[in-house]
Amino acid sequence: MTVTAVDTAVAQYCLRLGDDALVLAQRLSEWSARSPQIEEDVALMNVALDLLGQARSLLQLAGEREGAGRSEDDLAFLRDETDFVNAQLVELDNGDFGRTMARQLLVSAWHLPLWQALTASTDDGLAAVAGKAVKEAAYHLDHARSWVVRLGDGTEESHRRVQAGLDEVWPYASELFEVDALLEGLVARGVAADPRALEPAWRAAVEDALAEATLTVPETTWRPSGGRRGTHTEAFGYLLAEMQHLHRSHPGAQW
Amino acid sequence: MSVRTDPHAALAEVTDPEIPVLTIEDLGVLRDVVVEGERVVVTVTPTYSGCPAMDEIRADVRAALQRAGWDDVEVRTVLSPAWTTDWMTDEGRRRLQEHGIAPPAPRHDGPVLVRLGVRCPQCGSPDTEELARFSSTSCKALWRCLSCREPFDHFKAH
Repeated sequence: MTVTAVDTAVAQYCLRLGDDALVLAQRLSEWSARSPQIEEDVALMNVALDLLGQARSLLQLAGEREGAGRSEDDLAFLRDETDFVNAQLVELDNGDFGRTMARQLLVSAWHLPLWQALTASTDDGLAAVAGKAVKEAAYHLDHARSWVVRLGDGTEESHRRVQAGLDEVWPYASELFEVDALLEGLVARGVAADPRALEPAWRAAVEDALAEATLTVPETTWRPSGGRRGTHTEAFGYLLAEMQHLHRSHPGAQW
Repeated sequence: MSVRTDPHAALAEVTDPEIPVLTIEDLGVLRDVVVEGERVVVTVTPTYSGCPAMDEIRADVRAALQRAGWDDVEVRTVLSPAWTTDWMTDEGRRRLQEHGIAPPAPRHDGPVLVRLGVRCPQCGSPDTEELARFSSTSCKALWRCLSCREPFDHFKAH
């Protein structure tokens, strides 16, 4: 099979979306047995499991389009930090529960219109993944939104903490809407979703939730960037070390 | 040469590892069975993207067909069209109810979202409430009945 320039670009796009899902799944899994309630433990692990499933499909697709014989496991466990192309937002430390939920709202409110748009992708593989992910994202958004409202419109303490968490993660959301040459090319071919077209829906959903939560929409003071080119925050190396350690120390281990 | 029996009958015995009261056919996970000469090609689809039962389901499909005399088995996994609870059979819904799990309501993908109440699978009361949006598996939510006070799982419309 000949690998064309388009295949390579599609592979890279699948890798971006797959890394977003994989890294966020790993972060959410850190809440296992540490959530504020047992029901929430179950909820967060369910959301993480959906994201992990989406990541597996996307990395598998990336491996196929790349045509270099790399499996989903090779891509998840054998790449180094600078090879990962997730947005920095998903790799940030969880912080407290309020900050985790603020980030979850920002990501889910982006995932939903993203997958909606990608159900119409001219790439059949990507459209198939999107068809499943869109239903899961709707549920994730609903869940994150209800927590942000509950915490924001809760006690003075919960309001203060979720607002503080939101303020910290907010600037990183801008990276979700960046456009580069790879995206321009794939949008023109109808493969990728145009980030500029997703932003109004994202902003409306987020602002609506924040208003109900009596939270203040933060000002965008700076725009972190670089995740899509393999530049990551300090927190990311520790996450990867934990996620990849077993696979790298014991190649082929099974249980 | 081994004697081969009907592959459909063999697959009717394969149950979901997480909700064993349902067969994969009841659940809508079994999409297609095609006999091509000596070979059977079975198509399955996952419920949720991260469904951890898929590997076991594929192994169970293979084992059931081998017991029925089919040695050449291919199991294909497709994502599209995306699984929906609307594919669950009436028999599947009845069996869920019998085993204390409230079956999913039909999906309403139209412009108006209709939220139907969930009836308690124990006493039939419509006076129920959601305790948590998630439960022991991706496909269920935790509810409780306000009449008989029993908690129960509800299979979410998806």
